[in-house]
Amino acid sequence: MFLINCPFCGEREQSEFKAGGEAHISRPKQPTELSDDEWAEYLFMRKNIKGIQFERWNHSHGCRKWFNIARDTSNDQIKAVYKMGQKPPVI
Amino acid sequence: MAKNLRTKGSKFIDETTRVCFKFNGNKYFGFKGDTLASALLANNIHLVGRSFKYHRPRGIMTAGSEEPNAIVQINDNTAFTEPNVRATEIEIYEGLEATSQNCWPSVNFDIGGINNFLSPILPAGFYYKTFMWPASFWLKYEYFIRRSAGLGKSPKFPDPDIYEHKYIHCDVLVVGGGISGIMAAKISAKRGLKTLLVDENPNIGGSTIFQNSKYYKINNLTSSSWLENEIKEINKLENLTIKTRTSIAAFHGYNFLLARENLTDHLSANEKKNKVRQRLLKIRAKKVITATGSLERPLVFNNNDRPGIMLSSALKKYADFFGVACGEQNVLFTNNDTAYETAISLDQKGIKVNAIIDIRENSNSELSKEVEAIGIKIYRSSTVVDTYGYKRIKKISVMQLSTDGQSVKGQKIFINCDCLGIAGGWTPAVHLFTQSGGKLDFNEEDQIFLPKIYPSKQISIGSCNGDFELDKIINNTLKILKEFLEIDETEYDNIDVSGTRNLNKRNIWLLPSDKILGKTKPFVDYQNDATAKDIKLALREGFRSIEHVKRYTTTGMGTDQGKLGNMHALGIIADTAGVKMSELGTTTFRPPYTPLSFGTIVGRNVGEFFDIFRKTPMNDWHVKNKSKFENVGQWKRAWYYPNGNESMHEAVQRESKAARESAGILDASTLGKIDIQGTDASEFLNRLYTNSWTKLDIGKCRYGLMLNEDGMVYDDGVTTRLDKNHFIMTTTTGGAANVLAKLEDYLQTEWPELDVYLTSVTDHYATISVCGPNSKKIVSKVIPNLDLSEDNLPHMSFKNTTIDNIKCRVMRISFTGEQSYEINIQANYGISLWEKIMESGKEFNITPYGTETMHLLRAEKGFIIVGQDTDATLTPIDLQMDWIVGKKKYDFIGKRSLYRSDTIRDDRKQLVGLLTDDPKEVLEEGAQIVANLNKKPIEMLGHVTSSYYSPNLNKSIALAVVRGGKNMLGQKLFIPMENKSIIVTIVDPVFLDKENNRLNA
Repeated sequence: MFLINCPFCGEREQSEFKAGGEAHISRPKQPTELSDDEWAEYLFMRKNIKGIQFERWNHSHGCRKWFNIARDTSNDQIKAVYKMGQKPPVI
Repeated sequence: MAKNLRTKGSKFIDETTRVCFKFNGNKYFGFKGDTLASALLANNIHLVGRSFKYHRPRGIMTAGSEEPNAIVQINDNTAFTEPNVRATEIEIYEGLEATSQNCWPSVNFDIGGINNFLSPILPAGFYYKTFMWPASFWLKYEYFIRRSAGLGKSPKFPDPDIYEHKYIHCDVLVVGGGISGIMAAKISAKRGLKTLLVDENPNIGGSTIFQNSKYYKINNLTSSSWLENEIKEINKLENLTIKTRTSIAAFHGYNFLLARENLTDHLSANEKKNKVRQRLLKIRAKKVITATGSLERPLVFNNNDRPGIMLSSALKKYADFFGVACGEQNVLFTNNDTAYETAISLDQKGIKVNAIIDIRENSNSELSKEVEAIGIKIYRSSTVVDTYGYKRIKKISVMQLSTDGQSVKGQKIFINCDCLGIAGGWTPAVHLFTQSGGKLDFNEEDQIFLPKIYPSKQISIGSCNGDFELDKIINNTLKILKEFLEIDETEYDNIDVSGTRNLNKRNIWLLPSDKILGKTKPFVDYQNDATAKDIKLALREGFRSIEHVKRYTTTGMGTDQGKLGNMHALGIIADTAGVKMSELGTTTFRPPYTPLSFGTIVGRNVGEFFDIFRKTPMNDWHVKNKSKFENVGQWKRAWYYPNGNESMHEAVQRESKAARESAGILDASTLGKIDIQGTDASEFLNRLYTNSWTKLDIGKCRYGLMLNEDGMVYDDGVTTRLDKNHFIMTTTTGGAANVLAKLEDYLQTEWPELDVYLTSVTDHYATISVCGPNSKKIVSKVIPNLDLSEDNLPHMSFKNTTIDNIKCRVMRISFTGEQSYEINIQANYGISLWEKIMESGKEFNITPYGTETMHLLRAEKGFIIVGQDTDATLTPIDLQMDWIVGKKKYDFIGKRSLYRSDTIRDDRKQLVGLLTDDPKEVLEEGAQIVANLNKKPIEMLGHVTSSYYSPNLNKSIALAVVRGGKNMLGQKLFIPMENKSIIVTIVDPVFLDKENNRLNA
């Protein structure tokens, strides 16, 4: 079970958090202008890589804030935690 | 059998306290401190169980948690019974009753023993191959296989014991209280680090505590005396907690470990009364030091499983620790020097050792010289080729090994014995390390797997790290700890250690016999009866991956997880397939290290604590009025209120009629309520819901439908504009938490520019809905100061008001199609308001109704329930709710998906109403709907989602989703049931009052 360093509360048990899938996928500003394929790309296509993955997490049983983490999926090490809106760190 | 094999006194056993216990119905005596195994051995009992597949007699093999054979049922036929208990771990107590498993009628005469003679036709994969055909016979086969399979019996009664969970946070966790673990704990605690030391045994000290050999000296003391002093010292350390009888079950990532602390299993029924039996410790350690030691390997040779064949190290522990001789005529069989240590120990205790068979050509160590000096005959370059004796070993036959170790030669010698100690070298216990995600490295020289890459802040020390000699253990432990704990010196820096032994072993994974392999039984996995033959067969049949061979032969799949034989299985595969061990890798070690009982895992979360439930403010009234309850999410909701002996159907019919003919009252407090405030609140709602919200007047309510981005209906409910920048949203009961989370997600991640604040207020309000033609009269009696006229409070509007000076909100919203008033009041006034309304409504026969009637009433109106009539595959268009989709809105969640090629198909499943030809016939919810019964396979068009008998329409009604249903109005379809087909007609989903006249009646 991970220990996650919530940027608002500090280090907490994974059981207080909820994973929210891949990070840095913005909702298109003008969905109506997108083709079916472009919209499907936003809607369904997610990466599942071995290595550093940027993910959204929510401190659901804590401050309820969303934030991002960079996690190495091969060993579950969390390389970085950063707030929503911030650019992903270079790792 | 009544022999006493107790030798002279052992200080680890309390010989003044005699303990009486029963094994297979017979009374025996042991001493306090004995395990069941040591007590049985002292009574000269080796035969403890039967093997899993061939039902061969099996005895005690080890003196620890790795025991594969001696597993027993404790206290059978009582609520306290437990199967698969290792006799080598359970300590005896007054009144303990243990019975053998896996044998019938008894361990001495087991009918299943016939499998042993059938073994030539029961090879690996026998069951897979034999019971494949014909497929329909499987149910018959299974009945018999299940009866003969399985280890032990599961308890028949609820577990009366108490279990607990406990969280522990520490700086350093030391796993294993052997010599290196004790040193680590002391060094750590003395530096002010909060340290926890756990050991699975009743005492710490490991195997050093009974090591009295003159070859091992620390500061001129025997290693055992030195360690005793150390233990006395660490017991006084402030920062150190020592937990014995505590075994780590699992080592997860981020240094999170689960341990089972056994508190009462060694106590008699009287002593353990009202005490917690076991604790599941959830340990989060900043650093973990693993000092789990090593397990002695057996040797794999023909018939190596007879009762009386034990590990050499176990023989030594039973003699030195428990003061028990395992036999009167002992023989040792070895590939390294540890058996010589055992021989000297046994000799010192006056236990006779007849001979040592050593597969090595030579051992010039001091140990071997001493053994020869004692007069024990050593057969070098020799191997045991067979063993004799059915229920106890009687003799062995020995032959010379060829130079390559692949065959035997010379004359066969027979040696009598009643106990054979086998020593195949040592396997570091790396199970926990690999569980934590650590990567192993194969050491060719010692033929062992060792920790290589640590995934977290942890380190392995002692023999689990490959150090087997005392001086190496101590020196390496100190070196490793200095680096790991970042310290320059320790209290042991001037320690003087002597102690080496010749661990040069001659490693032969499968020892040859004079018989061909096919005629022998060299067991690799004792508990699962997997032999070297089975492994070779698996390879011949094309299995290559170690994981596949494991599953095919079941090697390593028992309750012991193959702690003894896994290395031999790997070795035999490597030798046979001609690959290196390092390339082969190991199978995955999975938690738990030793089995956990369910009670420990569940802890206190049993009975009413199994899952939390939520009660509404009016719950006591519902209970008092004999309501039946339904679970909705975590809520207990009033389901229906039977009058006397009324059935559910009768109650619901009565409640539904009353609500439409006069007045009904519903507890709607469970509906999710989210308070939404902020200058952008209306814009936010506009983006969330499919319809338009910006122009909703203050004081008005509106129904909204929320979609996922994929266009599918997610939730629905009425939202009221309390003020310009203040709304209250209601959600479905089950969806409340998820809707709030979704809203927060959008606010925080997609639209952080919006000024909106969300608060869950579900629990703050009691919500009472009064409906029916007389509802207005009742509400006006309860709230006389509120003007209920159509002008002041029309349908879909709200007013703030007071009842007896208590503030409340009254909304004209309806889920039944009747004129309805929903009153929201501070939760703690809920029950008195409810009683007040009941009192005021008496003259109108106001009838409380539950969720079932609510569902029926809304179905008459064709209102959907999200989650019952929808299942995340239906768009608002599929639900015939086009009217709620704001065509002119530029965007809302899910809008773009409503015209994807898939969502605009006209053959999607669509919501329709169904009427049965026979109005009395009520359909089953979930029943499939078809058009053509004759064409097979029958094409399914959809299914029934809601179905009731409507007392107000006097006929059966149903909602359903049907492929292309929108364009099938009036069409007849079939619902095939087990014994008949029901004819239905597709109709509009609104069955009652299409014009909505009743809302304002």
